[in-house]
Amino acid sequence: MQVKQISIFVENRAGRLEEISGVLEKENINIRALSLADTSDFGIIRLIVNKPDAAVTALREAGFTIRESNVIACAIEDKPGGLHRLLKLFADLDVSIEYMYSFFERHLEKAVIIIRVEDPEEAIQILRKGGAELLKAEQIYAA
Amino acid sequence: MLIWDKTAETMPRDRLRKVQFDRLKHILGYASEKVPFYRESLKRHGITPRSLTSMDDLSLIPFTNKADMQASYPYDMFAIPLEDVVRIHSSSGTTGKPTVVGYSRNDLNVWSDLIARLLTAGGVTRKDIVQIAFGYGLFTGGFGLHYGVEKIGATVIPVSSGNTDRQLMIMKDFHSTALVCTPSYALYLSEALEEAHMRPEDLRLRVGLFGAEPWTENMRREIEKKLRISATDNYGLSEVMGPGVSMECLCKNGMHINEDHFIAEIIDPETGNVLPYGETGELVITTLTKEAIPVIRYRTRDIASLIDTPCDCGRTFIRMTKPQGRTDDMLIIRGVNVFPSQIETVLIEIEETDPHYQLVITREGAMDELEIRVEVNESFFSDEMKKMREIEEKIRQKVRNALGISAHIKLVEPKSIERSIGKAKRVIDMRAFHQGAP
Repeated sequence: MQVKQISIFVENRAGRLEEISGVLEKENINIRALSLADTSDFGIIRLIVNKPDAAVTALREAGFTIRESNVIACAIEDKPGGLHRLLKLFADLDVSIEYMYSFFERHLEKAVIIIRVEDPEEAIQILRKGGAELLKAEQIYAA
Repeated sequence: MLIWDKTAETMPRDRLRKVQFDRLKHILGYASEKVPFYRESLKRHGITPRSLTSMDDLSLIPFTNKADMQASYPYDMFAIPLEDVVRIHSSSGTTGKPTVVGYSRNDLNVWSDLIARLLTAGGVTRKDIVQIAFGYGLFTGGFGLHYGVEKIGATVIPVSSGNTDRQLMIMKDFHSTALVCTPSYALYLSEALEEAHMRPEDLRLRVGLFGAEPWTENMRREIEKKLRISATDNYGLSEVMGPGVSMECLCKNGMHINEDHFIAEIIDPETGNVLPYGETGELVITTLTKEAIPVIRYRTRDIASLIDTPCDCGRTFIRMTKPQGRTDDMLIIRGVNVFPSQIETVLIEIEETDPHYQLVITREGAMDELEIRVEVNESFFSDEMKKMREIEEKIRQKVRNALGISAHIKLVEPKSIERSIGKAKRVIDMRAFHQGAP
């Protein structure tokens, strides 16, 4: 139930992001979702891609500093209140979310929320009990 | 623990002071008689051997600077005719004209004797096979160590520097038990050993004597662990002789200065005042026995302090700390003296970063700003911004504690700071552009 996320350390300088997308294009890797956290000096790019292992190898070879981590992907109704129902499951049990981001999945016709928590196993239990729709890694990569 | 020259190296302090004083008076007379530079500078300050009443008068004698040595290029500092000079060495000349140094027959005898002390202090005996990976040539390291090894009757392998594969092959096949080179090359060899799928057990190496550049305790631990040896430091500079001015014993708590041949002082680099033992400042050295080039109160530009507490090894010679920087490297930021090596020391203690850094100093209005660029270490890179900010904050705090000034910490990608084989470009001082060239 966990999805592999690739995080990349990037200095804030012109052209650095383009180098990342260039590596991925060359390896024919599709980006499914992306988020960027930044300070004035550096940023952390988080990516969900269709071929995580190949992406890690290629990016490392290109000299990027990389961290692999596991995140959870939940499908929610793309309607008012959809996200709220999901977040309430965490809030009720006082589980904090490190960060999250989202994208629209056209095959499922749903929004997908990527969630990073301290303890993914615990979060999966909570989400299951609450009836959330967890997506398998293959569902994310294959689409 | 073994001592090469017990009589000299364990001489009671009061007797040593007398030896030093007698030799100082002799060398002053000798230098002013034979070298015009000293004749004039001593005369200008009214110094004669007779005017010295005690060792405290040493502080009245004028300093000799690097520039004085350079101005004497090539032979003006020589106190003996060239026909009596049996060897010439020279500095690299990276900071201007090279400094040419000569040795009489007796200078070479003394030098090998001091190297014999150095080797013995580091644990080398006549049974050892010593691989010298210092360059043989104008640099004092190779030939300097070479004759000391022969003097103690050990076996010397004069490989000289470079060709790492061959170094490893010789080390293994010739059963080298001692390694002489720069600490950074020792570390490089240990990495090459791993890459060649060799283990320290495949070698018979037991001791390493490393010098000619500054290194840290962390580097020592790493070299000792990777090569499974005991590593000691030694110090010297070509202007006063070369390696053998001071050396660590196996207690590894500072380098004993061969005080029967050299007087060491620590001065405030700004005022020139002599500082007491324990205080950090610029190391000044006077040679007491050199014939070809006597050197009086030479400002080494190395920053160190002197330790006069007794050492467990039994040697009575005082010790000096590892040089902590160079006076030429000293930066004044917001009125505080800062040495780049202090920042390196801080970074080495922080496991989340590699000790690759660059200092950028700018001026905003009247205020100096220090930015420290530090390479992140991939094993500590986190996808959580919070954790990355914690690393920055940790560095900021430790730098503030160590230097007393705050700095902006900028994390940069690994290997993004330029590596140069020689002197790394550690400091970018942008203030120079505003103030006119320094």
